[in-house]
Amino acid sequence: MSFQVVREYNYAFLDEGSKKEIRRTTLKAIAIPGCQVPFASREMPIGRGWGTGGLQLTLSLIGDNDRLKVIDQGNDDSVNAVSIKRLVENCTNVATTNQSEQATLIQTRHRIPEIPLRKDQILVFQVPLPEPLRRTEPKEEITRRLHAEMEYSSIWLRLYEDIIKWGDITIGADYPCMVHQRYVFNPSPIPRYDLPKLHQANGLYLFGAGREKKIYAVPPYTDVVPLQFEDYPFQVESFEGLMCHLCGSDSSFLDEVYDADSGEKKYQCSDTGYCEARQQERGKVEWNGDL
Amino acid sequence: MEWGSVKDMEENPILSVRHLNKRYGKGCKHCESFDMLDKETNQCPHCGSVWACKKVSFDLYEGEIIGIVGESGSGKSSLVKSLYFDDDVLSGSATISKYKHGQRNIFQVSSQQKRYIRNHLMGMVYQNPWLGLKMSFSSGGNIAEKLISAGTYHVGNIRDRASQLLEHVEIPLSRMDELPKNFSGGMQQRVQISKALANNPPILLLDEVTTGLDLSVQARVLDLIRNIQREFGVGMIVVSHDLGVIRMLADRTMVMRYGSVVEEGLTDQILEDPHHAYTQQLVHSLL
Repeated sequence: MSFQVVREYNYAFLDEGSKKEIRRTTLKAIAIPGCQVPFASREMPIGRGWGTGGLQLTLSLIGDNDRLKVIDQGNDDSVNAVSIKRLVENCTNVATTNQSEQATLIQTRHRIPEIPLRKDQILVFQVPLPEPLRRTEPKEEITRRLHAEMEYSSIWLRLYEDIIKWGDITIGADYPCMVHQRYVFNPSPIPRYDLPKLHQANGLYLFGAGREKKIYAVPPYTDVVPLQFEDYPFQVESFEGLMCHLCGSDSSFLDEVYDADSGEKKYQCSDTGYCEARQQERGKVEWNGDL
Repeated sequence: MEWGSVKDMEENPILSVRHLNKRYGKGCKHCESFDMLDKETNQCPHCGSVWACKKVSFDLYEGEIIGIVGESGSGKSSLVKSLYFDDDVLSGSATISKYKHGQRNIFQVSSQQKRYIRNHLMGMVYQNPWLGLKMSFSSGGNIAEKLISAGTYHVGNIRDRASQLLEHVEIPLSRMDELPKNFSGGMQQRVQISKALANNPPILLLDEVTTGLDLSVQARVLDLIRNIQREFGVGMIVVSHDLGVIRMLADRTMVMRYGSVVEEGLTDQILEDPHHAYTQQLVHSLL
């Protein structure tokens, strides 16, 4: 399906001045890994909190040679992902794809694709709450000072209280991490399962918070270490003994799906692009799984 | 212990403050020199700036308790808040013997270093426990915060140390994981003291700790402070407007009025034989 480029708008919707500002901010964010750099978040044709930060990053970076993939909680065809893709298709010549290997630019919410990022790929995150200190400190002036002084004891305290109350750290998504021994940052609400993919990765990770007007980045080959106590180490979600009922993968992040007809719980890959590719492969090769 | 080391200990103050000036307001050429200041107020008649501390100097030795008395507005709280970096000072210096061998003025180091000094070398107990404690975290968590900021990232060790401290201030361990906002005022104050002591700081600042507590609770808190001083050898600065508290705790006393120290000496001496007119007035007004 091809759309005609809407000529009433500038290429990639944003005007050139805005793109330049966002790119400069992005460069600064890459230069200081994990540091939240403020930027003048623009009004977008989608509501704040629906991925405006990520969209602005995507639009400032996209060019004719790019291929875009948009993921919404691992899903390629949810309403939000489709709308964003259509907007980009409408005002650029860029084609979209569901295969993360084919994409050069991936905008995502809540997931990182199963297939590791390559050197030439950029992953853009939509971030609702960029400030890890916000829960305990409402003032921006103070949180900036705390970052400058590397005073993160209140985040640690949150983990401590969790352990005291529940016997374990209960933060499922948006787990605070230390970037290159300097800044603690919120990796956006990705599951703990995805965090190891940020550490010493090949590709570039950019984070855009439109409502909070912040951009930050994890450049390639940067240390990203989840906060953990010596006697309560960080753990990822375990899917031991489970596999996707569609593609048979036993090494991916699985969603629990309730089948209303049969009344049973099923598990399927959260990353639909990855799952599709595997299903196609499975069509070619004889499948011997006992599903 | 050898004589030499005792002498060293006595000769080198752990905290020494020189010419500390603290001003609220812009200041002007009239009040910069202090000459133009009215003797009966610490407010400049020209620009309206308030001089909370005027050239305050003193030394604190290891294991010593210095009392600071004065009426409200005399600058005693401003002094300890400046020392704990809650407020910025205008000028002056302070050195801590355990920080860079007392060679650096702690008011002029970076904010990271100030944070280090606050976490490792000083403890502060405020009059209002809401300033010193995070009320939405458990009392154990409050102590944990201090320990974590000093680099303990082991829950077991944190729990051990926190229960040890709480035991010391007579808080039952069963209440370690309760929120301090559900505690009584005296208990909150004791949690605050244990938090301040978490990293074994050589200096403890106490700002009107017993004000607002009833007499029997006051007595317990004062006993506790005495015990801590005896056991840990912490140097303390006790701010109070209550001469009874000062008499019980302080070895030496400074009397402050309108931002300056008007009299300084051994507590007994000050209370029995006050020289300055204001001190005499203060001592005689004691019920």
